[in-house]
Amino acid sequence: MYYLDPHIHMVSRTTDDYETLAKMGCIALSEPAFWAGYDRGSVDGFRDYFEQLTSFEAQRAAQYGIQHYTWLCINAKEAENVDLSREVIAMIPEFLDRPGVLGIGEIGLNKNTRNEATVFLEHVDLAMKTDEQILIHTPHLEDKFQGTRMILDMLTDDGRIDRSRVLIDHVEEHTVRPVLEAGFWAGMTLYPVSKCTPARAVDIVEMYGPERLLVNSAGDWGPSKPTAVPDFIMEMRRRGHAETLIRQVVYENPVEFFSQSRGFVFSPPEVGELSALD
Amino acid sequence: MASNFPPTTPLEREYLPVRAKILEIASALDRIQRSADHTEDDPRWDQLQAGINLLFADQPQRAEHVQLMFSRPYDPQWRQQFDV
Repeated sequence: MYYLDPHIHMVSRTTDDYETLAKMGCIALSEPAFWAGYDRGSVDGFRDYFEQLTSFEAQRAAQYGIQHYTWLCINAKEAENVDLSREVIAMIPEFLDRPGVLGIGEIGLNKNTRNEATVFLEHVDLAMKTDEQILIHTPHLEDKFQGTRMILDMLTDDGRIDRSRVLIDHVEEHTVRPVLEAGFWAGMTLYPVSKCTPARAVDIVEMYGPERLLVNSAGDWGPSKPTAVPDFIMEMRRRGHAETLIRQVVYENPVEFFSQSRGFVFSPPEVGELSALD
Repeated sequence: MASNFPPTTPLEREYLPVRAKILEIASALDRIQRSADHTEDDPRWDQLQAGINLLFADQPQRAEHVQLMFSRPYDPQWRQQFDV
């Protein structure tokens, strides 16, 4: 089955991973800007990173027939440096019209601090002024519930936001309901240890239905599995779910969400290829 | 295309994996208690016990309740406190 991985950090992965993803049916992916594993020291560090995301990484993906899209921001872990964050936010528009840029992300919270909230709101303001979609990271472990509720407060207090153009990622059992009920898209990240497993993600699809739900691997430099979306597909099949339902979650939903971005110029597989495995 | 997996009930699918996970938890708790520096005053030990107790609830929101138990509380007045 063809699928899209809506959240994966390919700058951290090997070229072999691109080949494996292509063999598994991945035809497109989106790569949000994220933490490098260390705090970058200057706005030029981010400019170089955005250059990599919008040029080299797309070329690397294309070698395996995978369409590469990206999102730009300074992540929440580095938002404690508010001055640097403001420099980066001011620089982001230099890249927004590049091919494959889908919007602002992954912005969000990490430890749910005042500085993180300040930088989050300034990213949202940039997205509103530039008419960009937004991809949002929610915090880890014990901080997720509190942080997700804070993020929802900030978003729902801003009357400019079209909720159908915002994806709130890394939802789990205790955060998916308020995200969906508020009208946002929700992403489930399939990780080996933290976040969601394929089986729990299928549980959530069964409990809430497939509308506005996405699944991703969020593969990065930590413990993660870039082929986690095929694991989700396998679990759905094991439970006897219809191919049409599976394809809605792993293909049609991300295409519908991304299609709201002017940077999403997508080449779908031939119709016959899409239905061949149903 | 119909699924080629044999039809099974959730209990048939989950019995062995859950059995294995129960054993993993049991052995991990044994390992912690055997260690020389183990103290039952550690709040994380209490959290683990409380999480396990939630599994005995007779309703299908155990996962959500376990998640909430391991979560920091949310204060709806946070924006006033942060002045943002």
